Amino acid sequence: MLKLLKHMSPKEWLMALISTAFVAVNVYLELRLPDFMSEITTTIMTEGSRMSDIWRSGGKMLLCAGGSIAASIIVGYFAARIAAAFSMRLRFTVFSKVQSFSLGEINKFSTPSLITRSTNDINQVQMLIAMGLQVMIKAPIMAVWAVLKISGKGYEWTMATGGFILFLLLLITGISLLIIPRFKRIQEMTDSINRVTRENLTGLRVVRAYNAEGYQQRKFDLANRELTSLHLFTSRTTALLFPCMSLVMNGLTLSVYWIGATLIEGAGMADKLVLFSNMVVFSQYAMQVVISFVMLTMIFIMIPRVLVSAKRINEVLETPASVTDGSDFYISTSGLGEVEFKNVSFKYPNAEDYVIRNISFKAHQGETVAFIGSTGSGKSTIINLIPRFYDVSEGQVMVDGIDVRSYPLKQLREKLGYIPQRSVLFTGSVASNVAYGDSGRGESSLEDIKRAAYIAQASDFVETLPEGYDAPISQGGTNVSGGQKQRLSIARAICREPEIFIFDDSFSALDFKTDKNLRKAIKSELSGTTCLIVAQRIGTVRDADRIIVLEEGNLVGSGRHEELMQDCEVYREIALSQLSEEELANG
Amino acid sequence: MDNKREHRSGHGPRSKRPIEKPKNFKAVLKRFLHFSRPYLPAIIAALLLSAVGAVMTIIGPDKLRQIAKLIEEGVTASLKCGGQIGIDLAAVGKVCLNLAFLYGFGALCSYAQGFIMATVTQRLSFTMRDMISGKINRLPLKYFDKVSYGDVLSRVTNDVDTIGQTLNMSIGQLTSAFALFFGSLIMMLYTNVILTLVAVLSTILSFALMAIIMARSQKYFVRQQKQLGSINGHIEEIYSGLNIVRAYNGEEQSEKVFSEINSKLFESAWKSQFISGIMMPLMGFVGNFGYAAVCIAGAMLVMDGRMGFDVIIAFMIYIRLFTQPLGQLAQSLTGLQSTAAAAERVFEFLDEEELSPEEQGAVTSHKSQGRVEFRDVCFGYTPEKQVIRNFSALATTGQKIAIVGPTGSGKTTIVNLLMRFYEPDSGEILIHGIPSRKMTRSCVRDQFCMVLQDAWLFEGSIRENIIYSMEGITDEQVESACRAVGLHHYIRTLPNGYDTILGDNAGVSAGQRQLITIARAIIENAPLLILDEATSSVDTRTELQIQRSMEKLTEGRTSFIIAHRLSTIKSADLILVMRDGEIIERGNHSELLREGGFYAELYNSQFDEPSA
Repeated sequence: MLKLLKHMSPKEWLMALISTAFVAVNVYLELRLPDFMSEITTTIMTEGSRMSDIWRSGGKMLLCAGGSIAASIIVGYFAARIAAAFSMRLRFTVFSKVQSFSLGEINKFSTPSLITRSTNDINQVQMLIAMGLQVMIKAPIMAVWAVLKISGKGYEWTMATGGFILFLLLLITGISLLIIPRFKRIQEMTDSINRVTRENLTGLRVVRAYNAEGYQQRKFDLANRELTSLHLFTSRTTALLFPCMSLVMNGLTLSVYWIGATLIEGAGMADKLVLFSNMVVFSQYAMQVVISFVMLTMIFIMIPRVLVSAKRINEVLETPASVTDGSDFYISTSGLGEVEFKNVSFKYPNAEDYVIRNISFKAHQGETVAFIGSTGSGKSTIINLIPRFYDVSEGQVMVDGIDVRSYPLKQLREKLGYIPQRSVLFTGSVASNVAYGDSGRGESSLEDIKRAAYIAQASDFVETLPEGYDAPISQGGTNVSGGQKQRLSIARAICREPEIFIFDDSFSALDFKTDKNLRKAIKSELSGTTCLIVAQRIGTVRDADRIIVLEEGNLVGSGRHEELMQDCEVYREIALSQLSEEELANG
Repeated sequence: MDNKREHRSGHGPRSKRPIEKPKNFKAVLKRFLHFSRPYLPAIIAALLLSAVGAVMTIIGPDKLRQIAKLIEEGVTASLKCGGQIGIDLAAVGKVCLNLAFLYGFGALCSYAQGFIMATVTQRLSFTMRDMISGKINRLPLKYFDKVSYGDVLSRVTNDVDTIGQTLNMSIGQLTSAFALFFGSLIMMLYTNVILTLVAVLSTILSFALMAIIMARSQKYFVRQQKQLGSINGHIEEIYSGLNIVRAYNGEEQSEKVFSEINSKLFESAWKSQFISGIMMPLMGFVGNFGYAAVCIAGAMLVMDGRMGFDVIIAFMIYIRLFTQPLGQLAQSLTGLQSTAAAAERVFEFLDEEELSPEEQGAVTSHKSQGRVEFRDVCFGYTPEKQVIRNFSALATTGQKIAIVGPTGSGKTTIVNLLMRFYEPDSGEILIHGIPSRKMTRSCVRDQFCMVLQDAWLFEGSIRENIIYSMEGITDEQVESACRAVGLHHYIRTLPNGYDTILGDNAGVSAGQRQLITIARAIIENAPLLILDEATSSVDTRTELQIQRSMEKLTEGRTSFIIAHRLSTIKSADLILVMRDGEIIERGNHSELLREGGFYAELYNSQFDEPSA
């Protein structure tokens, strides 16, 4: 948390300081209130006081109350501004930090976790700061000040107050100790209820096919029962809190009076009246002390959770982005599109084994190079090295004859048109998705967009949409089908006119026919563009200028389809699993 | 203030919802009362207890007043007579003891109330979760076409949790607040009418002020919720598509959008934070204002000799008791509103139409030899669009029916009808002579083994996953099934063998997951088979293994195969070609090729000459 506070600006620190001053004013005024109260009491009790005296004391009291509320409003204003401004900045810092992460860092955290860290965790911190500036600062000031005021007025009363506070603290600590560990368990059980339900939902057909409804229900029951018994325990325990708190407050007032009666009786003539008004005032102060302690404990219960959030945010901020800009800027040697791997090996940090080992190949301008191999053979890893989603462990990846790590990231990526396996669309319109990003060439015209969609075989379906290219795309592209999404994401790559296309298994969502037409269109319309294709289907790769066959991270074959069918065992095996011998021969 | 909306599930950034209002409060309330009928006596007892507890709190100030009066009398008396007569300590002690007892009893009552309500709400939540979970399996699959899983999930957890938390708080609070409010009002009236008027007036005044502030500020809360939602949406979108953002140099663009939303959020966030921050002090001010008003008015009355000072002391507490429940009332009413909104969603789900009941005298067990006949079957997912028209076909024992077509063409429709996941609109499907409609669903499903494309496994051991819900399966059977699919050796190499828990990343590949589901189907050993061949993203060797296992599975069984492999398609006895959800062609491979229709086109597009 302290580390996070370093992100506060000097202005905010100053505001916090001013706000603290106002907290003090607020506390002072709130504690003055009972003084005026006792002034009224004494005035009334004193023979011969006039009504005007009472009005004066009453007026003072109201003024005091008004001043105190004014001070709290000012504090509230500062607290809200500081908390909101701070969290705004923090949110942005985290956001742009995450944007600079490479896949390595993202996988370390996982995307859902990063999302929670940028949203919920920051909200938690914002809440604590806002609360903290008001309550956390106020409660101790109040408690100390009130205790000081009280302590002079009779130690019996102070003792009684201390006793009640001690009881309260013990109670709250006891309850927290009992329930906080169970909260963790509740979280786990809630997750498991979620899991069992999700399982049932995703496997609806299987569950029914196996007549396993009862089986699922029993499983759910088990988790449900445990969750309920945990909930029962915690809520029954927390139910103690409220009655006990009011017992303490009421009990304290009662004891102050009871003790007061004895004190007054035992006091000398002259002190009796003073003691009496002291008693009334004391019961008020004592209440303030108790309330501050209650507030403090509430905050202390809140703090651990926020600390966890703060730690999680810090973890993000402290993780250095492993992929950073290269130092040199190269004058655009446009139209090259040459990719070369020189003895490239890659392994994940801390991993024992390499994902790919000693890969070398070269793709000349306009060539199509395809990668094929079983899952985990490292084909996606190879092409992820080109846009620097990861950096090589050994060897060099060269684009246009220059190591990718020497480029500024922006310049490198302007050369690339990357299409992922799982297509991603953003909220917006068809056009904004196709024209997405910064190609270094300024904004794309509608003509460019249409041409890209045409080549990507997307124009047919886009033109049937009522709003055409302005048709809205909802978050995650849920309002278009998988194949349409994939075609739009290919159009997006085409639209930026890159030197190199990188298709990371982008064709599997397309049916054979579209797959084929698309490859034909790219070949004829964008003949100067280099294509790197990762694929599963033999049909997709068989026309490539070069096919690179991978197994367990090693390059085990390289050449054209016919050559590989002749002398690459792995390739033949893959091919045979998809096509019958006869078809391959005929094909 | 935000605790009850705390998000719980680890990653659900949309958990912060604004206060939701039910569509029909009355109907939900009625339904809810009906639902909680078994607990009504307990609830009523709790309500009574909370009222009693509140009454104890109210009597308190009156007793305090008595103490103050005794002391005051003592002091005045001793002032007058020079110390001969003092405070009647015995009387004070008696009243104090009395009061201590009252407070203790009140606390006991209010704890008993809390205990009962906690128990009732948790039991209610249990029942609700239980009912929802059971309901999932009684709903027709049709229902899940229109509702997302996330929606159902959030009803099981979020909505029921909301009910559990708010109901517990609100009901107890509501009664005690009511009791406190009216009780203190009555006690005030009983003690002194004029002061009561002063107290009520000053309270109304300051609450009116607060109401105005609240009403004006509501829009900031709504705006904040909206902007939080949109910033979370943006974050989610960018993070999950970060590859694209980075590859397309879209960082600046998204930072711009982010900053825009972020600064809008800042505006509404600080305003709503500010307002919720000053609510507490404002409440305090209401108290103080009333307090001062009571003191001044009280002092005047005392000066006039119309009442004693003790009344002021009593009123000082009454005024707090009187203003406090107003805030609580507002709080518990909003609480009840979220309870109702959540309950409405739960009931809505529970009220969904269930599967049609089984026909009377439906066959419950039937041993077929694998003969399946479609007779004039018509079916559409929606009444407007019929996708299967007058379809008739016969599959005899051991035959293979292949269903082919591009992605998304509705190949699972036939499966849905066979398994009675959906019912045909007209016509019938006969399994060995008996219309499937005339069998119980579980009887129909007993006839089939099924292997679907996405290998559905659950968190549990491999053994549990293979046996699943089947009973009386021996370890030998499990092992022989695994040997049959070639998994036995692999499983033996795992640290816990067959007891290895399958989690999210248990190092079991997609292909191996598929093999496990095949083993499951082998154990079920039913005469009919439904198979989805697609094995995308599986490595070559496992692929071959799967293929072999699937072939083994089809031996001697009548099989319906969603086919992707030419070898399967070519050897099929009947090929059904699907497109856009409809069966458009049928026949065997050579017939279809001869026809030169869609099938021929599809076939040729994959395997024609390499393009130039």
